[in-house]
Amino acid sequence: MNLAVTSARGTSLPLPGSLRVNRRLAQWLKFHVDGYVEVFSGKVEIGQGIVTALAQIAAEELDLALDQVRMVPASTLVSPDEAVTSGSLSVQESGTALCHACAEARAIYLHAAAARLGVPIETLRVDNGRIVSSSGAQTSYWELADDTLLDREATGQVAPKSSTQHHIVGTSVARRDLSDKIFGRPCFIHDLELPRMLHGRVLRPPSPDATLLELDDAKVRAQASVVTVVRDGSFIGVLAENEAGADAALKALAAGATWRQRASLPDEAALATWLVAQEAETSVVDSKAATTRRPVARTMNARYSRPYLAHGSIGPSCALAQLQESSLHVWTHSQGIFNLRKDLAPALGLAANQIVVEHVQGAGCYGHNGADDVAFDAARLALAVDGRPVRVQWSRADELAWSPFGPAMVVDVEADLDDAGDIVAWRHTIWSNGHTSRPGRSKTPALLGAWHLDNAFERLPAINPPVAHGGGAERNAIPLYTFPAWQIVNHWVLAMPLRASALRSLGAYANVFAIESFIDEVATTAGVDPVAYRLRYLDDPRARAVVERATAKFGWSSRQKSDGIGHGVGFARYKGGGAYCAVLAEIEAEAEIRVRRLVIAIDAGLVINPDGVANQIEGSAIQATSWTLKEAVRFDRERVTSDSWQAYPILRCSGAPVVDVDIVSRPDCPAVGVGEAAQGPTAAAIANAVFDALGIRMRELPLTGERIRAAIG
Amino acid sequence: MSSAKAERFTFLVNGAQRTLEADGKTPLLDVLRNTLGLKGTRFGCGNEECGACFVLVDGHAVASCTTPLWSVGGKAVTTVEGLGRPESPHPLQQAFINEQAAQCGYCTSGMLISAAALLNRTPKPSEADVRIALDRNLCRCGSYNRMVRAVLRAAESTESS
Repeated sequence: MNLAVTSARGTSLPLPGSLRVNRRLAQWLKFHVDGYVEVFSGKVEIGQGIVTALAQIAAEELDLALDQVRMVPASTLVSPDEAVTSGSLSVQESGTALCHACAEARAIYLHAAAARLGVPIETLRVDNGRIVSSSGAQTSYWELADDTLLDREATGQVAPKSSTQHHIVGTSVARRDLSDKIFGRPCFIHDLELPRMLHGRVLRPPSPDATLLELDDAKVRAQASVVTVVRDGSFIGVLAENEAGADAALKALAAGATWRQRASLPDEAALATWLVAQEAETSVVDSKAATTRRPVARTMNARYSRPYLAHGSIGPSCALAQLQESSLHVWTHSQGIFNLRKDLAPALGLAANQIVVEHVQGAGCYGHNGADDVAFDAARLALAVDGRPVRVQWSRADELAWSPFGPAMVVDVEADLDDAGDIVAWRHTIWSNGHTSRPGRSKTPALLGAWHLDNAFERLPAINPPVAHGGGAERNAIPLYTFPAWQIVNHWVLAMPLRASALRSLGAYANVFAIESFIDEVATTAGVDPVAYRLRYLDDPRARAVVERATAKFGWSSRQKSDGIGHGVGFARYKGGGAYCAVLAEIEAEAEIRVRRLVIAIDAGLVINPDGVANQIEGSAIQATSWTLKEAVRFDRERVTSDSWQAYPILRCSGAPVVDVDIVSRPDCPAVGVGEAAQGPTAAAIANAVFDALGIRMRELPLTGERIRAAIG
Repeated sequence: MSSAKAERFTFLVNGAQRTLEADGKTPLLDVLRNTLGLKGTRFGCGNEECGACFVLVDGHAVASCTTPLWSVGGKAVTTVEGLGRPESPHPLQQAFINEQAAQCGYCTSGMLISAAALLNRTPKPSEADVRIALDRNLCRCGSYNRMVRAVLRAAESTESS
């Protein structure tokens, strides 16, 4: 039996995970007489497999078969408000809440069963929803199903199962959503078709700082399929009876629009110089003074940088909206349905309670992309046609040029060494925009279209989440190494000519790239093997374990030096308190750098679905390889020019390295997310391997063939 | 669009003969998704740069976003829905499930089509053959290696059956 009252956990407050703010059990689950349980979560499927993992957790705690658990699509009408599906927090927040809510619901139903059957509660066990007494008497969740039983606040006093009792959690069950995708069933928001639906398009300005001077839309209005043209300031949209008509109308609108453009963008070739020269709000992220003074024999320093990066989802953003009477229904692939609603309301002049936002799956999402913006576009156009649903589909160019970018960063690292080559003090300084401008967190709506309205909302600079929540630009800037002293400083750059917001791992990608490249530089100077050098400063046994396991699996100590081939290592604990990840890379330097092989050890505590973890790590390492070798948002002084896949190339199948993932199982440690842990370590491992192969230290991302040839000279 | 330009086109879609009256310049992708309701073929770029909209035309993987309707007159078009169904999956679909060869799944239809075209012409491909065949299809989630394993597995399964 796992019905035990926790005393070790102390008082009932605060409740674990997202139960902290969504305290009622009925917000999380509902039993049905037909033999299934509905499970509610505010976290959404973005290609990471969360719906499967959450179903596993619910089935586990309720002693159900997986197919008795139905995951309810997130909606502001029925789901708990869990803010945003981001930061590798879904298992921690939603999973923890569900685990405790389901354990408590099970206990409540056992009490009801004991009363119904007239047997002591200790005699009961649950088997696929049947509640059976050792006396033979039985009932079930379904027979007892009564919503009033769960219409109460959680107490947090029922302990979930221990890991030794798990039989669904910890197993590689197949993803629930993949079958539809493999058989081409309509499952994406792009596939949603509603009766009398109109197709909308929005004419984006030619550049971020352009204003509309004149619009001749007579020809567009004359097109047979066009229903109406919406113009509100520099926001221009068109509605047509069919998609081809909407596309044709958009072309004609573009031809009829006259804009004033300004050269508002920095010089792409001197981006690092520009960033460092900007006005900034400076903060000390962390500092540590040495307890003993050691003489400094030499000081080393280096500057690292990353460019703006695009999310580059394969499916451009899409949304539907319908205004009926005075209530607006929005279908979106947003990561934060409640936050989107919060910003849609003022942007549209509606009250939040007039808006329902419902999640429908989109293509893979790696941070704040165009999902929220296109939802505003659809909603704004829906206001122009009472009653008819409106579908807006962004173009590839919209997606690559108008959705927010992961911000460019500069990181300076400096170390004082003693005469034995040991680090005496470490300094890390960042220049970057804030890393989030998601909706729901700002004084004005963070929605692209809302900035172009006649009564335009002010576009505010991206902010950094609090350091306690992992930070933004400063994420992973504090090394896990036991250096005796350090100073970590962040310069929050406020000027934001290019729109910056959250991209997978936020600042961790550049900070870990910098830290892990620089520690290699220091190790080289000290004449010490880079793995051994790191281990000098790692006293956390979990950290040491991932480094040691990855290096052993890679064959680090027996690696062969050969021409043009290099080997490198990178390590981090995501956000300082999340998953531990060590990456070993083998690269081949040809005209371009080719990553042959990545060996990755990951410790994410309790693993809900091992294959899901492996899938996330494999994928994120390949995406990080793409960022590291190939990617940079391109722009001239007026506009973003990388608005096609030709102009923004990403890694293809033949360029993908072999990725070998070793999961370090820690069933007794809390489950943490894995979606972002490999980004930084992968970049560093590759750059370190390039140095190993060519003797050239590449500090500017991406590590393109062109850059490497320039460095060789 | 204006009906003045509408012409009649007959072609096979997933084995069934279809006759449509439409502007011959209409992209096949639009016809499949919006006229025939076959949503499995995805829109990705509209410029044959990503592979999300691939379909088989007479056995060859082509981008339906830039293929005009007139050009498929009299030809056989196969979409992902035509490869197989859950009760009778194509070996590639079964292998994609077995390998859990997707994350978001948006590129999956196009990948399956490229792989099906490959197996049509090369039933026993090498890993390098598979990678080259999938190189026109972009995957942003980084599921390439799983998909390669799945295609090789499907090739093995059809060989032994």
